[in-house]
Amino acid sequence: MNGPAGPLLEVDGVSVRFGALLAVNQVSLRIRHREIVAIIGPNGAGKTTLLNAVSGFYHPYEGRIAFEGRDRTHLSPPDVAALGIARTFQNVALFKGMSVLDNIMTGRLLKMGGSFLLEALYWGPAKRQELEHRAVVEQIIDFLEIQAIRKTPAGRLPYGLQKRVELARALAAEPKLLLLDEPMAGMNVEEKEDMCRFILDVNQEFGTTIALIEHDMGVVMDISDRVAVLDYGRKIADGSPAEVRSDQAVLDAYLGVAHE
Amino acid sequence: MDRGGDLKAVAESTSASALDPGRDTFPKLVRENARRLADKVAIREKDFGIWQAYTWSQYFEQARLIALGLASLGFARGDRVAIVGDNRPQLYWAVMAAQALGGVPVPIYQDSIEREMEYIIEHSEARFAVVEDQEQVDKLLGVRARCRHLQHVVYDDPRGMRGYREPGLVSLAELSELGKKFEVSHPTHFDAELARGAADDLAIICYTSGTTGAPKGAMLSHRNLITTARNAARFESLREDEEVLSYLPMAWVGDHVFSYAQAIVTGFTINCPESAATVLADLKEIAPTYFFGPPRIWESILTGVMVRVEDAARPKRALVLFFLRLAQDIERRRLGRQAIPLWQRLLYPLGSLLVYGPLKDNLGFSYVRRAYTAGEAIGPEIFLFFRGLGINVKQLYGMTEASVFVTIQRDGDVRLDTVGTPITDVEIRISDAGEVLFRSPGVFQGYAKNPDATRQTLEGGWIHSGDAGFLDHDGHLVIIDRAKDVSRLADGTMFAPKFIENKLKFSPYVREAVCLGQARPCVTAFINIDLTAVGNWAERRNIAYTSYGDLAQKPEVYELIRGEVGRVNASLAEDEILRGAQVKRFLILHKELDPDDEEITRTRKVRRGYIAQKYAALIDALYSGQDRVQVEAKVTYEDGRTGTMRADVVIRDVGTPAPVAR
Repeated sequence: MNGPAGPLLEVDGVSVRFGALLAVNQVSLRIRHREIVAIIGPNGAGKTTLLNAVSGFYHPYEGRIAFEGRDRTHLSPPDVAALGIARTFQNVALFKGMSVLDNIMTGRLLKMGGSFLLEALYWGPAKRQELEHRAVVEQIIDFLEIQAIRKTPAGRLPYGLQKRVELARALAAEPKLLLLDEPMAGMNVEEKEDMCRFILDVNQEFGTTIALIEHDMGVVMDISDRVAVLDYGRKIADGSPAEVRSDQAVLDAYLGVAHE
Repeated sequence: MDRGGDLKAVAESTSASALDPGRDTFPKLVRENARRLADKVAIREKDFGIWQAYTWSQYFEQARLIALGLASLGFARGDRVAIVGDNRPQLYWAVMAAQALGGVPVPIYQDSIEREMEYIIEHSEARFAVVEDQEQVDKLLGVRARCRHLQHVVYDDPRGMRGYREPGLVSLAELSELGKKFEVSHPTHFDAELARGAADDLAIICYTSGTTGAPKGAMLSHRNLITTARNAARFESLREDEEVLSYLPMAWVGDHVFSYAQAIVTGFTINCPESAATVLADLKEIAPTYFFGPPRIWESILTGVMVRVEDAARPKRALVLFFLRLAQDIERRRLGRQAIPLWQRLLYPLGSLLVYGPLKDNLGFSYVRRAYTAGEAIGPEIFLFFRGLGINVKQLYGMTEASVFVTIQRDGDVRLDTVGTPITDVEIRISDAGEVLFRSPGVFQGYAKNPDATRQTLEGGWIHSGDAGFLDHDGHLVIIDRAKDVSRLADGTMFAPKFIENKLKFSPYVREAVCLGQARPCVTAFINIDLTAVGNWAERRNIAYTSYGDLAQKPEVYELIRGEVGRVNASLAEDEILRGAQVKRFLILHKELDPDDEEITRTRKVRRGYIAQKYAALIDALYSGQDRVQVEAKVTYEDGRTGTMRADVVIRDVGTPAPVAR
């Protein structure tokens, strides 16, 4: 842990309400620097809603969200992204007609400046800027081993690779906090293993803090430093994988009494 | 057939194996290139999407620093260095670095599982290993506990290596830094060690994954490799401005000769692809002038082309198929030394403009001056396809034990059924038993720590190739099969399994075939379908499938393969000697033959003995008249774990046409 003291993200008593439905009910969560935290829970437990609140897509009805020690409760998604929080989506959200390379380049948009005219002419600072961004993107392509599909339109790729491209785009923003919404949903065993390795490598190489929602218990227990469990909008457990696994409340609510 | 103990074919002897002592090892030759061709590009690697180039002077300097780094770790003359990874400039430098210190590089196939790697490292007594990345480091750390000699593991790519704290683990960048420091205290060490090297020092040990038993380490000296590489380069008039794509495994002697020995001897440029998955795209970008591919590479390129042609709109498809057939027809006549009709000659230039030129450009073969195929027989259709496009593909015959080159087809003397004539300084003889024997300056120094195997292969300077073959009237060598595989059916009919298997494999739908029949009443076959070609075929016919195993057992696929086997039988019926050995029954295997399961070697040669043992139940079923059988197969994953799969395999009969009366 060589990050600054104090948690990177603090979620404090946050509730999100859709009309009469309380989707997230006074959840508090602390994510420390360089940590991999998994958020698990049955369908409809409020996991994605919580992630959406953090990324600024929903605004909490009560409670407070702080990033790097400063209150960020009511920011919009672009502002949150500018702070250094990037995410991937439960259903792949790529530009299907664009090449993989261009898709990942869009992850750099927030870091691009300059005038429209210079960009169009590809001249002077605009050219230099494009080259710098391309260099960063190429490193990510190398890192995620997707060199062979650089020029392929994203829509033509198999699902597992699309997920990987989405991760690449999120990484292109060089985030401090990476939010992954079911990064392994619908993948086969091999694709899952690859994805696990990439998530661990990202965490280790770039020091990126990661919060992920995942259903595959094997994956969760393997790669997370900490696991938070939601059920009906409430947090019912929070601890190391081993602690959570033996927590009776979790077994009852989430893994299901009927199974055992 | 020309057979007999005294029949010889000897190419004119133009070069002596005497080497100038200042240029008698590869590191010395690289030093010379670094002076003579200092700013010429020696090696390119596609990294971060851009071709990064290194000149000969950088090549030498990088290798020198690695050598000094190794020296600082206590590298002694004669030490073995395992080299494991994809083709990377850094690994080629490591090969030279080891040689410069009087050590011997031992390249190992990068997809080897731990057990295979352990065997070679233990057997070669490697003290050092230079590897590409974390994946290989993990394997080596796994085997190090059981390999007494292995002390230092050097890795190139630091990714994922942050948390590793094992002793003796160092990155290549750190090693070069160590080298710089070492040089300050030992300024003359490198030059002195380089000067001590001599032509007869070992240059490399290539472990050949034999089809029987444990791998054998063929030892080649600098003299072997320099003389042979140079002879072949002169024979084929290679030039300094050749461009080569280095994409075949570094552990294979072919890559060592093309990408290292010949590159250094002639000073041409080699290009390392970005990753295994991008080879075809990189091929297009580099457009090599000199290309080598075993038949399976040519096959897969052809399959790729045909799949795309099938997907094209109808008029385009018709146009392309018409001109492709025209080109093959012309080439068949040309090779058969027949006259080519005027209309065909007139149409060919139009074909070049519309089809051949654009297609060659698309594949990256526009600038190829010479290309080779070797290792296995190539299908006549495949050979004619590429030659018809105007690509100078030729066959060559070579062996690890000969520093590769034995025979090459000369320009203007290319044929379908031979492997060419001996290159400079190679003598060929056919033994009384019909085995091909040869002698050349490239003949190896024996197998490492295996005098018995050496004695069996090397006799009085002659290598027993283990191949059955003959020299035809024009001195061309013809290879029939592996000598030990040629056998007889129960009724005494001659049975050459590989000959039939190759015919089967010439079908685009058949990826691998294993024929059985020794001391049996008839010939039967195991078939592996080609997933790309058959998959595409099935999709076109709306046949849904989930996996290889599922597709393989579809009745429609069986019918398709039955047609292919029938065609092979028809062609066998025309052969006087082999007409009795037609395929009577076959089955499509439920899984692909895989080197990880030891069914084929890493160079995709069938391991008959092992297969006969492993699939004994299937063989029994083939010969007992059953029409389906249950199997259980063990599969080995890349990390060495094993699993079992169960499947139901169908067996079908094929018609065997009667011999054509003549």
